[in-house]
Amino acid sequence: MATREVAIGSSVGLHARPASIFVQAATATGLPVTIAKQGGNPVDARSILGVMALGAKNGEVVTLSAEGDGADAALDSLVSLLERDLDAE
Amino acid sequence: MTELHSTLSGIGVSAGVAVGPLVIVSPPPLPPADEPPTTDAAAASSKVRDTLKAVADGLQAKAANADAHAKPILEAGAMMAGDPGLAGAIDTQLQAGKGITTAVSAAVDEYCAMFESLGGYMAERVTDLKDVRDRTVARLLGQAEPGVPALTTPSILAAVDLAPAETATLSVETCLGIITSAGGPTSHTAILAAQLGIPAIVQAAGILDVPVGTSVALDGGVGEIIIDPSQAEQDELAARKARREKALAAGSGKGMTRDGHPIALLANIGTAADARKAAVQDVEGVGLFRSEFLFLDRDTAPTVDEQTATYTEVLQAFGDRKVVVRTLDAGADKPLAFADLGHEENPALGRRGIRLGVVRRDLLDDQLQALANAYQATKADLWVMAPMIATRQEAAWFAEIVRAKGLPRVGVMIEVPAAALRSFDVLSEVDFASLGTNDLGQYTMAADRMEGALSELLNPWQPALLDIIAYACDGGAKTGHPVGVCGEAGGDPLLALVLAGLGVSSLSMAPSKVRAVRTSLALHDLTQCQQMAAAARASVGPKEAREVVISMADPVMLDLL
Repeated sequence: MATREVAIGSSVGLHARPASIFVQAATATGLPVTIAKQGGNPVDARSILGVMALGAKNGEVVTLSAEGDGADAALDSLVSLLERDLDAE
Repeated sequence: MTELHSTLSGIGVSAGVAVGPLVIVSPPPLPPADEPPTTDAAAASSKVRDTLKAVADGLQAKAANADAHAKPILEAGAMMAGDPGLAGAIDTQLQAGKGITTAVSAAVDEYCAMFESLGGYMAERVTDLKDVRDRTVARLLGQAEPGVPALTTPSILAAVDLAPAETATLSVETCLGIITSAGGPTSHTAILAAQLGIPAIVQAAGILDVPVGTSVALDGGVGEIIIDPSQAEQDELAARKARREKALAAGSGKGMTRDGHPIALLANIGTAADARKAAVQDVEGVGLFRSEFLFLDRDTAPTVDEQTATYTEVLQAFGDRKVVVRTLDAGADKPLAFADLGHEENPALGRRGIRLGVVRRDLLDDQLQALANAYQATKADLWVMAPMIATRQEAAWFAEIVRAKGLPRVGVMIEVPAAALRSFDVLSEVDFASLGTNDLGQYTMAADRMEGALSELLNPWQPALLDIIAYACDGGAKTGHPVGVCGEAGGDPLLALVLAGLGVSSLSMAPSKVRAVRTSLALHDLTQCQQMAAAARASVGPKEAREVVISMADPVMLDLL
């Protein structure tokens, strides 16, 4: 199991457009990626409803987890995505 | 079943007559109460997944043809329909033995409850989610997806009520008239129909029982509907329409009473496109430019440059005519992704309008800077006002900021009864006021504008509302500062006479309503208007107030209503 921690870079937090960009990227990895807030239950990172309901705000640290071939590389790319201010792009 | 040749009545909200075949907007389907439980969860799961895929594909196809406003909404819906988390939640319900559409409904409701508890932006997404649910349930039941069908021939549209997204796609070529069984005079349906000049009636009980395709005639002025009208009835409506057109064609130019007392006739607009359309019409300017459209349905605030460009375009369209801009009126009921103050129990009484401007001073400063830039570029007759002012202190606070930006005229909306009662104080700080009669009615009567069942309390003829307006006008007279009206009441040709009599100096309305109001004012002297205002205020209720004013008005008025 590969895991990464990252602080949300998007100024509006992880909802609206940033959430859909992240979910599309997580789906594209082909791996069962999960995302969790600190102390919270992990949710399916491929679920827009789950990710939006997570309500992760700007600066909040989330944990990404994945298993399978290429999990480390997949998580690294998702981390760099979340670090950016997706909303400003 | 409603009988043919019978009549129905409702509340007329957009004048004019129309005859055409009835088209009914399918209401959202409900899971059948007697739905059999699921025995083969795997088969049901596969059927649900296929259906969700079809719904997602359908929304994606619509998004491809949609405009910039509707596109992200439809794309978000497609993504929700394709969500593996939603499919998983439905599976859980199916495995528990729930019937197939009951399972879909229950799973979506769980997400809705979660989003509603998060409040603000997330709560707003509930509408999108319920739309996905309704489409999925309809398909599983073998029905057409709900919503406005594509109109191929000119028709009369009937619905429980129309959502803003549904009304946005209507055109005057194919939609001859609108009838809703719910909704109220200040609902989205009513406002949009008036803007487009489509005859419309709300609160018409029984209209949804009329068979699709039946010929229906409606008179949006008096609120009367004739099912399968006879030739004689159609002729009478056509004659009425001709008399109305003749009366309307008589006048042009500035609004004034018969004895020459000026009442400026202005347009309510919401977008730059509205401004271009309204500018070529016979109006004296803009009495209400709702600036919200620049802010809603986007993830970040518009930049100063973007706002400057839009305001400049609007000001240029009107040349030397006055333009009154209302600063951002958003809040908990119209949440902004970038200014979410969280869940509020009573959004209409919460941090909306200027109260949001106080918390998010950056948004207000940017908007005023953009208005100042547009003013410098055009030197237009620009008036700027704040929504939801309640006290003299708020008015003073806003006036100081606006004047510091070098803007020529600053005013306030009077929507809160407190501001009307203390209008001398409030108007001592600013140059003008504009009465938002829809919200002023809502707050005076403590009745939610969106609650159709309370439409009687929200009737703009309520004597208490007229009293409050009289208070506001009194403060205007004592300070010498003009008080206008920019709510729906200003567009009613009969009520316009009462408002003129109460001392209002301008009336702002949907441009399609200006002609009738101009004609109405030109038929009466100011003293008559003042007598009508006194008689309306002396009435025991809204119905009596309207009747007494009709009895005092010129008979030609009956064809304008």
